[in-house]
Amino acid sequence: MVNVASFENLTEQEKYAHFMERINKGEKIEAEDWMPDDYRMNLIKLISMHGISEIMGALPEKEWVPKAPTLHRKLAIMAKVQDEMGHGQLLLRVAEDLMKPLGKNREDIMQDLFTKRLKFHNVFHMPAPTWADAAIIAWLVDGAAILTQTMLLKTSYGPYGRALKRICQEESFHAKHGESLVLALASGTTYQKKMLQEALNRWWESLLVFFGPKSAKVVGHSKVDINIKYKIRSKTNEELRQEFLTKYVPKIKKLGLIIPDETLRFDEEKGEWVYQEPDWKKFKEITKGNGPMTDNRLALRRESYENTKWVREALTHVKDKKILVG
Amino acid sequence: MKKNESLRELLYQLADDNFIHAFRGSEWLGLVPHIEEDVAYSSISQDTMGHAYMFYQLLEDLGEGNLDQIAHGRKPEQFRNAIILEEKNGPGSYLEKPDYDWAFTVVRNLLYSHFKTIQLESLKQSSYEPLSIVSRKIQSEQYYHLMHWETWFTQLMLSTEVARTKMEDAIKRIWKDLGGLISLGNYGDEISANQYIDSEQKLETRFLESIEKVFKKVEFTIDENPGMLRGNGRNGEHTEDLKQAIETLSEVYLSDLEAASW
Repeated sequence: MVNVASFENLTEQEKYAHFMERINKGEKIEAEDWMPDDYRMNLIKLISMHGISEIMGALPEKEWVPKAPTLHRKLAIMAKVQDEMGHGQLLLRVAEDLMKPLGKNREDIMQDLFTKRLKFHNVFHMPAPTWADAAIIAWLVDGAAILTQTMLLKTSYGPYGRALKRICQEESFHAKHGESLVLALASGTTYQKKMLQEALNRWWESLLVFFGPKSAKVVGHSKVDINIKYKIRSKTNEELRQEFLTKYVPKIKKLGLIIPDETLRFDEEKGEWVYQEPDWKKFKEITKGNGPMTDNRLALRRESYENTKWVREALTHVKDKKILVG
Repeated sequence: MKKNESLRELLYQLADDNFIHAFRGSEWLGLVPHIEEDVAYSSISQDTMGHAYMFYQLLEDLGEGNLDQIAHGRKPEQFRNAIILEEKNGPGSYLEKPDYDWAFTVVRNLLYSHFKTIQLESLKQSSYEPLSIVSRKIQSEQYYHLMHWETWFTQLMLSTEVARTKMEDAIKRIWKDLGGLISLGNYGDEISANQYIDSEQKLETRFLESIEKVFKKVEFTIDENPGMLRGNGRNGEHTEDLKQAIETLSEVYLSDLEAASW
């Protein structure tokens, strides 16, 4: 470690070299440490998108919270969605620390969300019209998220890694909850089975798209390379997608469900899954904020945020006047 | 009269109050003033749904049928919750154009938490032991709910003029139906004679004493006693809002009656 006084005297290039040395040694970078601008900007983008996705991700599931079919399921899905909100809060706190030197805060994150500058994950732009969609989301979307988040556990940014550790522990409960929901439907009546198969048909393409394109060429931009250079992440999108297929294709088939891709097979020679390429043009539109449910869900957030503006103003007033409560 | 009928009536009141109140809370998910509150309020609603579960379980144990059937399979007139708890959070629905009222929600939660605390204190001494055991369990969580809503209430009452006006309006509005929460309904005399819970009058006096202290801190007074403007939910009288609540809560459960499990 270089001592603080002498570190200040280094040139930008030397600071960068020192930073890269730390990255390559596998050291963790902390919020107060020196970091190159593109490292900071990439982290802000990644973590604020991750955080806001947890929060926007609560919306499709929230539709099914009061409707969950039994008291037991109601309790389980309430707990799950509450966890997701908690993850969102935890991650936004990490992003806020990174944004502080830029003079930005939570309000900027919310405004960026409303104006579509800040993206949320493409899966949460999709409709969830039946209870079985809630089951597929909890089992497979959360299953996909676990793979991505487990990969990110070793991230070079310390605060992100620590938040992810807690998140991953809770996510594994969610996947179990999802598995239980799916099992009940798969072993249920004809109506329940049909509902489940239709939900899988609806979600399959989104699940492949979940991990992002194979290369930047497909959509014209990607931050994967720079994130790997800085050891923010350690696997490519395609590596994660292959892991997902290996883990879930046998499980899905075992339930008696049909995967809506006739070309899907494991190529023994290449040692990888071959699948029907999703429609990346559609994906690009969704990431731009033009998905089927984007405007509806954003409106829900925006309008309720505006409705409760008087509350936030009142709370600021309380803080300013330091009124004693309790 | 059927054996234990007054006990069943009381248990339906308790179970339905918690069930419907938790439902209205869960509709707020993702729509509250800030993310920290989303985490807190959704935890409270989850606890409250858990309390409903425990009370429905007691009914199942008394032979009223499967608890999910009790919760999801009854008609509005069979519900025994207070009318003030079934009222919508505001215009719109939780899925589209919710124009929900946070002042109304804070005040309703505060008054409900206060009354529930007094109710539980009395239920701890209930002559029906399973009810007394369940009430002790619930009480430990209820303490935090009360603290949460008192903090909100006090802060909003002592902040901007806009907030004060909205809060006072909400108190006055809720007060007109609050009597239905305190009421024990047509079976009230038997319920208290059997010592399942104290009498309505005792509960009301304790509630008013306790809430007066909270009001005093924020320099608010109200003269009249809590009313029952729209009828008594304890006797199966309800509004259209309960119908909407039950339809939503039961939609999936009723979609396939052949289903053995979900």
